[in-house]
Amino acid sequence: MAGKTLYDKLWDAHLVKQRDDGSALIYIDRHIIHEVTSPQAFEGLRMANRKPWRLEMNVATPDHNISTDSAERAAGVDAIPDETSRIQVKTLDENCEYFGIREFGMNEMGQGIVHVMGPELGASLPGMTVVCGDSHTATHGAFACLAHGIGTSEVEHVLATQCLVAKKMKNMLINVDGVLGTGVTPKDVVLAIIGEIGTAGGTGYAIEFGGQVFRDMSIEGRMTVCNMAIEAGARVGMVAVDDKTIDYFQGRQFAPAGEVWDQAVAYWETLQSDADAEFDAVVQLKGEDIQPQVTWGTSPEMVLPVSGVIPRAEDESDPVKKQGIEQALTYMGLEGGSAITDIPVDRVFIGSCTNSRIEDMRAAAEIARGRKVADSIKQVLVVPGSQMVKAQAEKEGLDKVFKEAGMDWREPGCSMCLAMNADKLGAGEHCASTSNRNFEGRQGNGGRTHLVSPAMAAAAAIAGHITDVRTFEEGGAS
Amino acid sequence: MKAFTVHKGLVAGIDRANVDTDMIIPKQFLKSIKRSGFGPNLFDELRYLDEGKPGQDCASRPLNPDFPLNWPRYQGASVLLCRENFGCGSSREHAPWALDDYGFRAVIAPSFADIFFNNCFKNGILPIVLKENIVDTLFKDVEANEGYELTVDLPRQVVVTPSGEEFSFEIDEFGKGCLLEGLDEIGLTLNDADAIRAYEAAREKDTPWLFGAIK
Ligand code: SF4
Repeated sequence: MAGKTLYDKLWDAHLVKQRDDGSALIYIDRHIIHEVTSPQAFEGLRMANRKPWRLEMNVATPDHNISTDSAERAAGVDAIPDETSRIQVKTLDENCEYFGIREFGMNEMGQGIVHVMGPELGASLPGMTVVCGDSHTATHGAFACLAHGIGTSEVEHVLATQCLVAKKMKNMLINVDGVLGTGVTPKDVVLAIIGEIGTAGGTGYAIEFGGQVFRDMSIEGRMTVCNMAIEAGARVGMVAVDDKTIDYFQGRQFAPAGEVWDQAVAYWETLQSDADAEFDAVVQLKGEDIQPQVTWGTSPEMVLPVSGVIPRAEDESDPVKKQGIEQALTYMGLEGGSAITDIPVDRVFIGSCTNSRIEDMRAAAEIARGRKVADSIKQVLVVPGSQMVKAQAEKEGLDKVFKEAGMDWREPGCSMCLAMNADKLGAGEHCASTSNRNFEGRQGNGGRTHLVSPAMAAAAAIAGHITDVRTFEEGGAS
Repeated sequence: MKAFTVHKGLVAGIDRANVDTDMIIPKQFLKSIKRSGFGPNLFDELRYLDEGKPGQDCASRPLNPDFPLNWPRYQGASVLLCRENFGCGSSREHAPWALDDYGFRAVIAPSFADIFFNNCFKNGILPIVLKENIVDTLFKDVEANEGYELTVDLPRQVVVTPSGEEFSFEIDEFGKGCLLEGLDEIGLTLNDADAIRAYEAAREKDTPWLFGAIK
């Protein structure tokens, strides 16, 4: 019999009951809650007169529609100017208070984007099943969690039962061997993967990322990659446990300590696919082939190396794809056949659960250091992913680097990733963004998003258009 | 939850691939803390020419004449015909809530994004996967015949055309059962409370750190 994949192991360890109809009950170890997808679930609990099954397995924080402006944040929840946002954040506070769920409040140390604060607090740990009413929950797979997004009905289901009804997915291995060139980052790796397999390429699969490139990658880099598994259609993206994983969790607030730590480490070390495990699908890429990536269209699969040329609709033979290219070019206001580096940029967003960790801040600051934002740029938002990232960045003086370059240093939250707060693109504006979705209107009605790495975003801010970060000299002026 | 057995209804088609959940219901409407009332803002950015805001009276907003759901022939549609990877993007259940609130009972596409697909079942909407060539034919037939209706027969797992042609579809047994009966899934799971407790007791012994409290 073939060995087990990492996903098989995690599934088996959490199987409460296999039902005759093919569905299964899976136990959930950690549930992370934010303000947008939870109110209706709490309301459902109250209406059915149910209580959370295991209170201490839940942790909550507001992130999606809080302001990132320092003065507005300091004024507190009651002063959130947008009424609907205020109600949503207050509803989360009230629900957590009422049910007794630990919440990291808007201005509390520990608050942050759900997928940034969870790992950094050690609230999500290797080998756990982690769910959240947010599709980017796959982020936590970077350290061998079985983690995925759920809808509001499932949020209520997990609160009430600590379980989910699930069906086992298929296994996919994405193997990236070799080494990455200078200036090529985890974001570029995952964008290149999506370009290769398409936005539906992973549908129905749990993806494991393997190969030298991921072994060499930091835990934060792995989070960037797993974060965007959903953009390849997969609810789950994972990387096996190695020494880096274990080092990462040592000493974190909710990580085990002492004897239990040793016991946990012994278990975590088993969290890899067996050598003879069989995958239903295998995709191979070479690290050397990957260049910095830029999306030109309205779907993450509409992505090209920075040296590329925007496609022409007339060159596409498949009618549905042809129409897709036409619609995307019209929406983006771009011409097929022009160079990626000719794409103009009006605003830059450095942040989101994909790229707002300390390494991302450092990578952007490296490019910004000693340079100035181009005059044509209306705004550069640098939004740390959590209070802890913010504190660390300020300790390293990165905030000053950004400010001196003419960028805005903000308070932690989702911000312009989905523009539920005041951070938005205007109609027709192009944005070099480190977030994960370039859908129509995602960053503001009529806004045009180009997904890139933090270094590429900072370089675009300096140049005033999309540019190849590898042509920037370290530390000097451009 | 509403039960779903057999439904006959007018079909409307949205002829584009990768329709994402931001398109189905833009984020400004996610600020609601309710489950209902999203229908007027379904496909808001495609449907209206102005920028949609929560709490607006949509009846007085300028409609996009190019968007199919605004055409008189599709008024009252309850079966939505779409292209591949429908519902990709975020996990927001507001997407099926909006479809439901608008009046759609079934969505037909060659493929769906996983989370959206799952969320439909929780809200009495039936997502149906049919082969690309069948979906193509349906798009042509819908376009050619005003008032085109399909019958969706869940117990028999078939879609029936006006001429009586049948296309069968797959559906997993659990989802089918829940839809047919309109079951409360939480109640079902709680029937297994003993199994959950037994699992917890065993796991707490083997992997105590997983039960470390968040305080
Ligand atoms: S940063 Fe963006 S993608 Fe991540 S949780 Fe927030 S809104 Fe979702």
